[in-house]
Amino acid sequence: MSDTAVSASPRLRWQCRRGMRELDELLQTFLERGYPQLNDTQRMTFERLLTTQDNLLLEYFMGRSVPKDADTADVVAKIRHAAHP
Amino acid sequence: MTAMKLVRRKFDTLVIGAGGGGLRSAMQLAQADANVAVVSKVFPTRSHTVAAQGGMNAALANVVPDNWHWHMYDTVKGSDYLGDQDAIEYMCRAASHLVVELEHAGVPFSRLDNGKIYQRPFGGQSQDFGGAQAARTCAAADRTGHAILHSLYQQNIRAKTHFFDEYFAIDLVKDSDGYILGAVVLEIETGEPLLIEAKTTLLATGGVGQLFRTNTNAHINTGDGIAMALRAGIPVQDMEFFQFHPTGIAGKGMLITEGVRGEGGYLVNKDGERFMERYAPHAKDLASRDVVSRAIAIEVREGRGCGPNADHVMLKLEHLGAEVIKKRLPGIRDMAMTFIGVDPIEEPIPVFPTAHYTMGGIPTNRYGQVVVPLGEGAEEPIPGLYAVGECACVSVHGANRLGGNSLLDIVVFGRAAGNHIIEHLAEHRYHRQLDEGSIDQALARLARWEQSGDGESVDELRQELQRVMEEDCGVFRTEETLVQGVARVEALAERLQNVRLKDQSKVFNTARIEAFELENLMALGLATVKSALARKESRGAHSRVDYPDRDDERWMKHSLYYEDGRVDYKPVRTKPLTVDTFPPKARVY
Repeated sequence: MSDTAVSASPRLRWQCRRGMRELDELLQTFLERGYPQLNDTQRMTFERLLTTQDNLLLEYFMGRSVPKDADTADVVAKIRHAAHP
Repeated sequence: MTAMKLVRRKFDTLVIGAGGGGLRSAMQLAQADANVAVVSKVFPTRSHTVAAQGGMNAALANVVPDNWHWHMYDTVKGSDYLGDQDAIEYMCRAASHLVVELEHAGVPFSRLDNGKIYQRPFGGQSQDFGGAQAARTCAAADRTGHAILHSLYQQNIRAKTHFFDEYFAIDLVKDSDGYILGAVVLEIETGEPLLIEAKTTLLATGGVGQLFRTNTNAHINTGDGIAMALRAGIPVQDMEFFQFHPTGIAGKGMLITEGVRGEGGYLVNKDGERFMERYAPHAKDLASRDVVSRAIAIEVREGRGCGPNADHVMLKLEHLGAEVIKKRLPGIRDMAMTFIGVDPIEEPIPVFPTAHYTMGGIPTNRYGQVVVPLGEGAEEPIPGLYAVGECACVSVHGANRLGGNSLLDIVVFGRAAGNHIIEHLAEHRYHRQLDEGSIDQALARLARWEQSGDGESVDELRQELQRVMEEDCGVFRTEETLVQGVARVEALAERLQNVRLKDQSKVFNTARIEAFELENLMALGLATVKSALARKESRGAHSRVDYPDRDDERWMKHSLYYEDGRVDYKPVRTKPLTVDTFPPKARVY
């Protein structure tokens, strides 16, 4: 397991292109500011989070609901934090 | 890569774009046993239809009396009499049936206590041709677009539609007689081109909100289909009509709804002046969208903007008190806190007009067929080519779209195109012989981005284009700004020739995709600013400070912009299918 800071792959960047402006903005900011600091486990959690439907992602990112899984909730908190650290 | 070596697949129909319009057509075709391919640059359920929260208009009359003819009147009036009345009648008549059909496809519309579908009132809706407020918008809570998109996607999976996810469409291909016969597409993962041959091709690629710096649109909305049509020699229609909302979060674009001002929020400039009192002494901050948008732009242009760059104004809510904000505007508070770290209980929200919806696009008739002028008002379809949704201009929205009519547009004309394609396929059972030259043209577009060396970056040029479009062709338009806009966009288009990609790899080279998107944006930026310069009147969303009035005598006509920069016109279709024409009159609410 390597926990060194790495940039997101182009594939992951494309997964962050979503159907809503709000999600594009938050995810792309996070790729620059937050993603490089994640460890391998958190990166896998982030990739899993990206398979979530857009409307539920928006609920999470707006703080209107919280993922049940604690690791996912932690990554969501980091995404919200990265928007305006 | 040469045309000979290109991998080829054959389908009855190629649908480009997997939003609601594309998927509605694809579903119908696949259910009719057509062999359908859907190409989407992102995973289909991440298409921009998912962002439509408001709902879909249909005169079901579940809450108050209503009928399709009143809906038609509102749509014609809302379009500022630029909408084609045959297409509008067709859409409004079909609406109720299509709501029921969507429900059968799995869309969970919200309900009234009596079990009927709930309907909410929206701006611009009336009973009895301009009378009392109607309640016409059917919604699945606040996620109607999401519900429609997911239901249609599931139905397509069931009907065995073939999806090409994460493929980018490069250009249309045709035969020597001008039949459109599919497209060259690029698999983003491998960087390899693929030729999809099809007897019919449907463009459903959405709008071009990314033309403007401040916009509400997803990043994918780069007008790819509209630009492809333009490159194929088809003029694009009414591109000067772009709907703006007055209050987007400055520098970000997300929408702050009018509800905030309805609750008592108001706008101030850098001096703390409540400037709307000067522009609209009676309605003040509740004046119509175009008036508020232009007032904000004027404040900024005249140096009374806020912030270090003086490029926005402030929307104040603090005086409403924490209790009112938390109770009545919780979503807006979430947005402001999430995106800019501002709690509107304590601080104002920086705002600027934000680009929202493309009324113009690829000219079509009410069957979804792409049409081109034949001279003297007549039009003829381009054989094999269809377009629906925001990329098309049918034209039901004319100069201004009403809330709740965009989801309706995509399902009505998605179905209409599906119906016509089924007929076309019955009459054209065999694939036609492609003109290999048209494939080479698409491949040349790919080869252009293989030029290496030093040059400008895609990112910088896109940002400049968005800034110029906002400054010169946004909500504040005069001869002077538009002349300057044409010159500045033309200069940027020249500079596009000097852009080079540093990364020449093939696998998941998203920089290359962004370069293609920039080419599309640039072509449509020119189309928009040149069409706006040519139209010397104010109508709907096209608002000229130097020509403040609507001029029906000279300008009640659709504009057509050609790739060579020429702007031509065609008449509005004022004759409905069965009812009397709604003649133009002043659009007052």
